[in-house]
Amino acid sequence: MPEYQNIFTQVQVHGHGEMGIPIGRDSKNRAGKPLFSWLLGAIGNAQLGPIYLGATGTMSLICGLIAFEIIGLNMFASVNWDPVQFVRQLFWLALEPPPPGSGLGIPRMAEGGWWLLAGFFLTMSILLWWLRTYLRAKALGMGYHIPWAFGAAIWLYLVLGFIRPLLMGDWGEAVPFGIFPHLDWTAAFSMRYGNLFYNPFHMLSIAFLYGSAVLFGMHAATILAVGRYGGEREIEQITDRGTATERASLFWRWTMGFNATMESIHRWAWWFAILTPITGGIGILLTGTVVDNWYMWGVKHGIAPTYPEVYVPSIDPAAGGAN
Amino acid sequence: MKMYKLGALALVPLVLSACWEAPPVEGEQIGFRGVAMEQVTNPDITEPLIALNQIPTPLPKNPVVEGTPKASDVYQNVQVLGELSVSDFARTMVSITEWVAPEQGCSYCHQSANFAVDDLYTKVVSRRMMQMTQTINSTWSDHVKETGVTCYTCHRGKNVPEYIWFEDNGPAHAAGMSAENYQQNNVAPKAGYTSMLSDPLTPYLQGEPEKIRIAHENALPLKNQNNNESMQALERTWSLMMHMSDSLGVNCTYCHNSRNFASWEQSPPARVTAWHGLAMVPAINNDYMTPLQPVYPQHRLGKIDDAPKANCATCHQGINKPLYGVSMLSDYPEWKGPLSDEATIVPDYSDVPEYLDPNALEETTAAGEPTAAVSQPKVLTKTLEVAAGLTDDSGPLGMEDSAGSDVLQ
Repeated sequence: MPEYQNIFTQVQVHGHGEMGIPIGRDSKNRAGKPLFSWLLGAIGNAQLGPIYLGATGTMSLICGLIAFEIIGLNMFASVNWDPVQFVRQLFWLALEPPPPGSGLGIPRMAEGGWWLLAGFFLTMSILLWWLRTYLRAKALGMGYHIPWAFGAAIWLYLVLGFIRPLLMGDWGEAVPFGIFPHLDWTAAFSMRYGNLFYNPFHMLSIAFLYGSAVLFGMHAATILAVGRYGGEREIEQITDRGTATERASLFWRWTMGFNATMESIHRWAWWFAILTPITGGIGILLTGTVVDNWYMWGVKHGIAPTYPEVYVPSIDPAAGGAN
Repeated sequence: MKMYKLGALALVPLVLSACWEAPPVEGEQIGFRGVAMEQVTNPDITEPLIALNQIPTPLPKNPVVEGTPKASDVYQNVQVLGELSVSDFARTMVSITEWVAPEQGCSYCHQSANFAVDDLYTKVVSRRMMQMTQTINSTWSDHVKETGVTCYTCHRGKNVPEYIWFEDNGPAHAAGMSAENYQQNNVAPKAGYTSMLSDPLTPYLQGEPEKIRIAHENALPLKNQNNNESMQALERTWSLMMHMSDSLGVNCTYCHNSRNFASWEQSPPARVTAWHGLAMVPAINNDYMTPLQPVYPQHRLGKIDDAPKANCATCHQGINKPLYGVSMLSDYPEWKGPLSDEATIVPDYSDVPEYLDPNALEETTAAGEPTAAVSQPKVLTKTLEVAAGLTDDSGPLGMEDSAGSDVLQ
């Protein structure tokens, strides 16, 4: 006999599509008839749609599509329009920023012009999508936690591709658009600036990133564990604490002496999540602009320890030479 | 059943990524504990190399006989090794044949009617390679130490060493307004299958090598330096390092302490040896390999008609010390050099006569044609080679390199 349990329920109950609150003449922006999917129901709400696109959503999708096409077609051109190679090498292909040393001018299309254009449209698309999250949150009378959290991610994106290149005075400092190329760029960035691990903001960003994962795991486990007492009704339990909350709190108090509350755990998670890209972005922004070698900076400030010698230290054979 | 499907689904990205290596992977600590200084090896990769990298059994040494005449006094046109006694000279020639042309024998380099004449391109090339070997052993001991090199270090019984390279400006790219990719962003076998510079050998291992040291060693940016040393420049260097790592079968920490790649004080001693190697390879390519370009028949040249050149893999062939560091010089001391002064001058081959190709000669002989194909111009030689299937014109875009095996798989 199947029973209704919690989010991982085996029984999906649904009737007519839930259209949401009436929003007056604005409702023309709600597109699509609700569909139901068993697979979606297995991981969330079985109902798909309607979606609210509106002006910002539509514009965002158009700008995103333009950026996607510019990047994709240039990648396709880079394998001489060979569809087989396009698929085989897709993860290796990229749209490169202007070559280093070309400043902040408008480059020729082949030499970074397409990159600048793609970056413009991608940024417009992201900012419009941000505006859309803001406006929808407002329309629903919600707080603005989601737009601000999204904004934190946009901050890191803008630092990497726009703000830092501006400060360095060269578009060539920016990241290429491409799967492996942007990863190679990231590792090269660390080596170019003497190991990003010694950058305190990088350290903070990693701490918040890993911390986010730990908090996410702790919270999810706690709620699932008290699901049998209605623990997933977290928000109700903020004001009307029931046995699920009591048990969850007691569990953590017993195991580590301290417990978050049904409300505060979400503030913990939110701050950890947004501080990951915010601190990361600060770390990137300081790199090359005010710090040239993070390892040497770490030595200077006593955060890079010296280890015992295992082999005889080498002497630079060029001894001051250039190569 | 559903679980199987999920499992299979999870395997898809793993297989697609193809960037994994089957276990067992072994790590050996080479630095202070806890600082990730370790060598990573995989017996599946290293064990097959053992048999391939043993030195051949040395030829028996000639008894020392007083008064044996010098080779140069007996034979004509002996420009290198002439100081050897006739018997030692013969032993050397036999060893070269074994190492370089075991199938073709003497006739790979010598006209059987007249051993002294220089009309086969192979003879001209091998003379220059002998001078190169002596140069490497006598002037590049910072890199080759007392171990040194012989013909066998690279040739291993093959006419052409397996790991050579040609210039490669990357796979075809659409023209017009489409964005440049600066020879990056393709599958780059020469750069460890990364998306970085696809041919790191051209800028660093010939001509005037590009600057390798990109990161600065000052904590804060300085006024009087280029603070826009680019990530692209660093990736170029890194691409070269991938070639070195691949050629030697080692990871970064064989030469570097990864907490600060630039620091010499914290680097394992092998880095100094490698540094000298990075000076040696462009020097031998510039003085020995590239100048021979006019001597080669067409099928020995690269896509842009450049001469075959050496890189790290040419000698190392996947091992940190070629032939596991076993020296052949005590058995073959003639390769120690040094060169006579005139032999250090780079010959000018730009105005050479048309040399003959022993392969083409052999083919024509086999086909019952007269051996007097002797003074054929290059074009005709080329036609014969194509007919004989000797010329490799294959090489689809990207994944397989028509330059062939210049990369260790």
